[in-house]
Amino acid sequence: MDKLMNLKLKVWRQDNADDVGRFEEYEAHDISPDMSFLEMLDVVNEGLIESGKEPIAFDSDCREGICGTCSMVINGAAHGGQKGTTACQLHMRHFSDGMTITVEPWRATAFPVHRDLVVDRTAFDRIQQKGGFISVRTGSVPDANAIPVPKDQSDLAMDAAQCIGCGACVAACKNASAMLFVAAKISHLSLVPQGQPERERRALAMVKQMDDEGFGNCTVTGSCEAVCPKEISLDFIARMNREYGRALIKKGTI
Amino acid sequence: MELRNSIDGGRGLYDTFVQLMDFITGIFKTSLGRKYLMAITGAGLFGFVVMHMLGNLLVFAGPAAINEYAAKLQGLGPLLWVARIGLLGMVGLHIWSAIKLTSENREARTVEYDAAVEPVDAHRRGDIVAKFAARTMIFSGLIIAAFAFYHLAHYTWKVPQINGAGADFELFYVAADFTTTLEGGEEGKDHADIFKMIVTGFKVPAVSVFYVVAVGLLCFHLSHGLSAMFQSLGVKNKNIAPWMDRFAVCASALIFLGYISIPVCVLAGFIK
Repeated sequence: MDKLMNLKLKVWRQDNADDVGRFEEYEAHDISPDMSFLEMLDVVNEGLIESGKEPIAFDSDCREGICGTCSMVINGAAHGGQKGTTACQLHMRHFSDGMTITVEPWRATAFPVHRDLVVDRTAFDRIQQKGGFISVRTGSVPDANAIPVPKDQSDLAMDAAQCIGCGACVAACKNASAMLFVAAKISHLSLVPQGQPERERRALAMVKQMDDEGFGNCTVTGSCEAVCPKEISLDFIARMNREYGRALIKKGTI
Repeated sequence: MELRNSIDGGRGLYDTFVQLMDFITGIFKTSLGRKYLMAITGAGLFGFVVMHMLGNLLVFAGPAAINEYAAKLQGLGPLLWVARIGLLGMVGLHIWSAIKLTSENREARTVEYDAAVEPVDAHRRGDIVAKFAARTMIFSGLIIAAFAFYHLAHYTWKVPQINGAGADFELFYVAADFTTTLEGGEEGKDHADIFKMIVTGFKVPAVSVFYVVAVGLLCFHLSHGLSAMFQSLGVKNKNIAPWMDRFAVCASALIFLGYISIPVCVLAGFIK
């Protein structure tokens, strides 16, 4: 077993949405390099509970990198900045003994902090509800391959569909822009035949909702793509820009 | 339907009007629409910057070349005003959308991160942190706008107080051969001596230094803008992105060299 580590944590603590919040410092003792970042926080929380203090609130669910719940900025980088990795899949072996780690919540007006590291990401849900779906008849299961989908199109659609909606793109963007998320959702459905009937309406409605939620605008810095745990490409933002222009010309309004 | 019929007798004009208004709203009132405006007006202004540089470079072909070129531009009459109003419109839209987009960006994050960006993979820092040019577009842009205003006052409105050379460019006229300086020329009758204005103007070191700094800032602005505009217009992808980035850097560098060559050569005495 590798040598256990001792770390210093500087964590954002905020009692509720109305609290101003502050940083508090904690020590994490005997941390195994094989632990994930969240397991390390679990250990710290155990200690806090034992000493009668309030544990650090953070979101987590699947802990295998697919649910997109664990939203935290570690040392200034969303999810810690390892390529294609969520915070729950980030292992403590990437940190060195004795170092100080700063942990902050996503910072965006559209993602208000609920408590400590937990932010409200329902803005993403509302964007999805405006068009991130297809309308199909319910009933018996359709025949397989009844709708031919070109392989390259479906591959590209699946690349976009990888988005888990974690919000790291917003967290990393200097403008807190949600365009990588919205681009992934619009692109995913516009690339497959099933998404065609609602294609224009979807692009117009989702972009409008994105604006209404108070996210910023894309400055093409590439920060989002660099922190995205699913490595969604910046190309999808260009595709969204095309989709929106196409929808404006074809339909003009939702 | 009744409303529509009462307006245009059911000829569909109402629908067309509504569609057009929706289109305009979709451009001016949405994030992506404003990014289109930024990109299109930016591309237009880039075109102007290139043409202006090519015109300026005629100074190396001697007084006759640049003075004749200037006289031809002046002789365009109404077309010149179309170009001027078009340019002013593009500048206006570019600045309006820039201020609108930037203020939205500021509001989108009111609390900044405490920690400096130090990803666990240290080499990825450069990918995660936005480039300096991208972070400072609004500042470089507004300074360039201020410079452009000064530059117009300097050479177009010929305000004598700001040229620093103690000369009145308003009195610089050239004879019909476009080369011989003309004393006591008349406005509207004789052609302006652009060559003499350039030499006299840039002989003042402070003016030249300010000019070089402003052009440098413009090229810094272009080094990001020229590649980002392709993304905003939706024509960028990973295959051609490196070439668009190279185009942005090379075009900016060429524009910088093209513009600064003139004050440098004037100060060095190569153009006199």
